[in-house]
Amino acid sequence: MIRTLLAVARRDLLLAVRQRGDVANVLLFFVIVVTMVPLGVGPDKETLRAIAPGVVWVAALLSAILSLGRMFALDYADGTLEQILLSSQPLSLAVLGKIAAHWLVTGAPITALSFLLAAMFDMAAAPSATLAASLLLGTPSLSLIGAIGAALTLGLRGAGVLVTLLVLPLYVPVLVFGAGAVDASAGGLSPASHLMLLGGLSLAAAALAPWAIAAALRISVE
Amino acid sequence: MSLPASQGGVLLEAIRLQCERGHRRLFEGLSFRLEARQCMHIVGDNGAGKTSLLRILCGLLQPTAGEVRWCGCGIRQARDEYGADLVYVGHLNGVKDDLTAAENVHVWAAIAGLRAGANAVAQALDLLAIDRFAHWRAGQLSQGQKRRIALARLALGAMARVWILDEPFTALDWRGVEILNRLIERHIGQGGAVVLTTHQTWQPPVPVTRLQLGTEAAVA
Repeated sequence: MIRTLLAVARRDLLLAVRQRGDVANVLLFFVIVVTMVPLGVGPDKETLRAIAPGVVWVAALLSAILSLGRMFALDYADGTLEQILLSSQPLSLAVLGKIAAHWLVTGAPITALSFLLAAMFDMAAAPSATLAASLLLGTPSLSLIGAIGAALTLGLRGAGVLVTLLVLPLYVPVLVFGAGAVDASAGGLSPASHLMLLGGLSLAAAALAPWAIAAALRISVE
Repeated sequence: MSLPASQGGVLLEAIRLQCERGHRRLFEGLSFRLEARQCMHIVGDNGAGKTSLLRILCGLLQPTAGEVRWCGCGIRQARDEYGADLVYVGHLNGVKDDLTAAENVHVWAAIAGLRAGANAVAQALDLLAIDRFAHWRAGQLSQGQKRRIALARLALGAMARVWILDEPFTALDWRGVEILNRLIERHIGQGGAVVLTTHQTWQPPVPVTRLQLGTEAAVA
């Protein structure tokens, strides 16, 4: 069973490496959005430090939504998705493998890039570290919850807008706790409670989303 | 995983299937049995519901009424177990352009839960006469070659008794058609069953049961 999870994850990672351009698009978008803000807002350090958590988190959200279009649509179009559905192994495991690969090429690089971007906003060491930690704990939720939206809108016209509408409200708690953790850290308080809530959200999503996604995929493929 | 014994030789049973697509009722009250060593050829005009019927038999599409049973169990209840006993080759090849032919077959086997080593994959590709292109990216191959990659699954899924094939001969040259005919013949001989549709004037290598969809859904 785990073999299926690993097989799907490995396949998706291999495809990501061979389709580098698509993956780079999402990360480039993230970096561009974040770097545009200081240019638009002005160089005042106090302002930048205050808005940094929100800006980085919103950019991460938007990048996640941008990446959802590819998640199942390519497999659906070439028939590999229906083969996964017909496997003798539980679909929720294959889904988990797919999402793990998705996170490794979106959430993980975003978390890594956040250090550089934090420097651009003149954030101190502690808030920077909290920002990275919040992204590490929160981006899995983005992948998991986003996948539900992607599965539900698979094959529909105007799927891009629909996914955004479906998924953004569900992203709001992640955004609030993620940016809140960094704000707390910048203000000298402990971000522990925020981070634990973020971690809890991700764990809950990891436990529940695969079932929802599997059901949604079966409906979408009909 | 060992597969259950077929109930008196009956692998699949369709019970009063009804299918509606886009406000059109394609067929209703369709019942038939598929037994071991049986090859069923589904015929009908374009739009008669052949692909829909095959997808209902796989479990990819829910019929509006009726059910499909596999070895006595409803396929919705025994989904995973049925999946182990089934190989489906549909209109779409299920082949990734950015993976090589060998990688495509290997990945399919791994996802399907089969243990297929490099040797087994090479043998399957060899059976379909595309071993020369094993390390070519599928995107560089022709339609017929990609079809052969999809059909290589049949050479691999040794345990699966039910083959459901939707227009499998599409894009194949005469040699490919021969290879597939031999595969079907061998599969039937080993106790498997095949359900397929094909528009082409096909010379079946084994006796077939014809199921006509359209104005009169009847089993010949």
